Amino acid sequence: MSDTSANSVAFVRTETVPPSPPPFSTTGPVKWAKDNLFSTPFYSVLTVAAVYFIYLILAGTLPWILAGVWTTSSLAECREVLEGVSGACFSVLTERWNQLLFVFKYPVDQYWRPSLAFIVFFAAAAPVLFYKLPRKLLIITALFPFVAYYLIWGGTIWTPILAMAGVVAGYVVYSRLVAGSFAAGFFGGIAAAIVVWTIGGWIIPDNANEGAWLAAVPSRDLGGFMLNMMLGVTCVSLSVPLGIALALGRQSDMPLIKWICVIFIEFIRGVPLITLLFVASVMLAYFFPPGTTTDLFLRVVIMITMFSAAYIAEVIRGGLAALPRGQYEAADSLGLDYAQAMRLIILPLSLKISFPVIVNVAVGLFKDTTLVSVISMFDLLGMIRGPILASTEWNGVYWELLGFAALLFFVVCYGISQYSQWLERQLATDHR
Amino acid sequence: MTTITDPPQGAFRLSMLLNDTRYRSYTFQFIALVALIAAFAFLGSNLFSNLAAAGLNISYQFLGSPAGYDINQTLVEYTSQSTNARAALVGVLNTMLVAFLACVTATIFGVIAGVLRLSNNWLVSKLMSFYVEIFRNIPVLIWIIIIFTIMIAVLPGPRAFRGDEPEASMVLNAIAFTNRGVYIPAPVWGPGSMVVVITFLLSIMGVFAYRRYATKLLYDTGRLLPMGWPSLAIFFVPTLLVYFIMGMPVGLEYPELKGFNFAGGIKVGGPLIALWFALSIYTGAFIAENVRAGIQAISKGQTEAAGALGLRSGRIMNLVVLPQALRVIIPPLISQYLNITKNSSLAIAVGYADITATLGGITLNQTGRAIECVLLLMLFYLTISLCISAIMNVYNNSVKLKER
Repeated sequence: MSDTSANSVAFVRTETVPPSPPPFSTTGPVKWAKDNLFSTPFYSVLTVAAVYFIYLILAGTLPWILAGVWTTSSLAECREVLEGVSGACFSVLTERWNQLLFVFKYPVDQYWRPSLAFIVFFAAAAPVLFYKLPRKLLIITALFPFVAYYLIWGGTIWTPILAMAGVVAGYVVYSRLVAGSFAAGFFGGIAAAIVVWTIGGWIIPDNANEGAWLAAVPSRDLGGFMLNMMLGVTCVSLSVPLGIALALGRQSDMPLIKWICVIFIEFIRGVPLITLLFVASVMLAYFFPPGTTTDLFLRVVIMITMFSAAYIAEVIRGGLAALPRGQYEAADSLGLDYAQAMRLIILPLSLKISFPVIVNVAVGLFKDTTLVSVISMFDLLGMIRGPILASTEWNGVYWELLGFAALLFFVVCYGISQYSQWLERQLATDHR
Repeated sequence: MTTITDPPQGAFRLSMLLNDTRYRSYTFQFIALVALIAAFAFLGSNLFSNLAAAGLNISYQFLGSPAGYDINQTLVEYTSQSTNARAALVGVLNTMLVAFLACVTATIFGVIAGVLRLSNNWLVSKLMSFYVEIFRNIPVLIWIIIIFTIMIAVLPGPRAFRGDEPEASMVLNAIAFTNRGVYIPAPVWGPGSMVVVITFLLSIMGVFAYRRYATKLLYDTGRLLPMGWPSLAIFFVPTLLVYFIMGMPVGLEYPELKGFNFAGGIKVGGPLIALWFALSIYTGAFIAENVRAGIQAISKGQTEAAGALGLRSGRIMNLVVLPQALRVIIPPLISQYLNITKNSSLAIAVGYADITATLGGITLNQTGRAIECVLLLMLFYLTISLCISAIMNVYNNSVKLKER
């Protein structure tokens, strides 16, 4: 055969053809662009429009940001430095950073106190957010409220120590009695804490704040982004236990308790937060015993806590409803009573389901803390709209300040929402 | 989760109130009732003694007295001599107006962004996720203030439109964007315009009737009538015909620069625009996520099965994917509408006269009737919320999977 083909066919290839490279338009960036940017005429138009839109945004903002001035002391000086060129006047941030971040009238030599509280906050939040950290770190979390209170408000050290003593007494009584019955432990603990606080209230003299190590700072002198953080952290942490109680109450078989919880939750969810803040600022004082004066900060914390508790209760109810019926029945068949079943089986499982959603609610709540500027508290936004924009030096510096506020909130909220998505992946232990 | 045990025999003993699951719940409820009554009595007695000490009482008389302040944007007739109740009504209507406008535009923004985020176009989908993340993670109050600042600080004053070579000009010679608000042409209803309006309404009904007839014909006989162009024709042709036959009775009154300000046309105030736009673009980001989740919730098998049956892609979307996706999308969409209504109370930050700014703002400050005003305010929002929840429940029941 070989000669036949050698003689009859003019040419026979003896080796295989090396593969030629794919056409230029089907590999690399060109193919990617073709598939992802210009796959149809409509998409091509969209792509061009999007590129033009991005160009417009960048052309409008980039030169303005890059020409920014950081070192002047008023808007008029900024304009002199810029000499008619369009540019940002970031000096307002470098000059008023203290007002923007944490201080309304906080004494200047005491700035380290809120800063330190802020740093400790990270140490305290870490073991709650990352469950793989050693559990011993939770001690910092438990101590944090008292330390932070002492650092920020100052005054006599006996107030936080007394508060802590009450909590410790309550915990000791609770752990003694809880073996007998949960209800006895729970109410016994609360009673013990109240007893300690009442006795301590008699012991601490009225003028204890004079001559304290850290000078007392009234709440109305606090402000800036710190106020947003304080409101957010305090209200979320207070509202989680309240929300659990409301969610359990809403699921209860007892009609009276169920209806109290339903009415509370639906009422709070039906009205805007701003009306609740009006309640805090103009109405709540009427409901306190005559003669007592309460801090606006405390009143706002009460109302925002009630607000977020109603939302968190609905999230937790969703978690409880998502739990298979078998878990409840298994708990019953083991002979656990209601408190044991909830504490040992139902709540751990359902909180695992609802925790990422609770984090999202917390982000929403944190954003909503800006509303306190409407009832003339000087949070970050209230500070910008009030003292800074009203001052003669900085009247008219809108974009730098609003952009700064937006950036600050974006970093925090985006960070937390990324955390919540990460946590959701971590907690997804079911193999579906 | 009551534990099921054998009911113990024997007479009732007092200790059974705590130890027997049959009676224990009564004990707990009784304790809760007593605690509730005690709490209300405590708060109520505090309230009355505080009010008595301040020389106040609870009374709604102030609603009938003249309000004494002006409102720049009203839907009904209102002067500063009108009553506080009238001012509250103006506020209610303004709230409804901005909430309605924002719901419509937020839905449009949200659906476009949600669909584009799922598109194969890398750049557009990244741009849309950028939009969603930026707007979801910055408080709506900051957005309202930013857009309001654009309205008052960036847009030109009416003066810029004057002169032979004005610095600013009107869009299409009809719409003027100024820092005092946006001026748009106003319709002028001439004699006979009623006929045009009625024809227009009838032709809308005609479109629906035609589509229903075509569907019925398709199901009964299998004959397919064209849907697109006849609908358009029924929508436009009769109205335009009647419009020209009646001699163009409906005209437009264009805003014109007179003196230092614009006259004529409709003035849409800066606060309304800021609130409307900020609410719709902020809530649109949330709606985009709902839409995306709804479309992604439909399994790919549905699309493929419909394709295997020979349906075209438009019909797959209309007949298979959308009906199922809407079941997922609409409940969160309605709760976003509820959020818009509640967030519209932020109008007070930019001075738009909604119910919070009139009843809860100026009226409250002028009369000092804090408790009455806040209670009325809460009652209004609660009514709206309960109505929207009721609509949502009706909808949820109607689209619930009918399992047999």
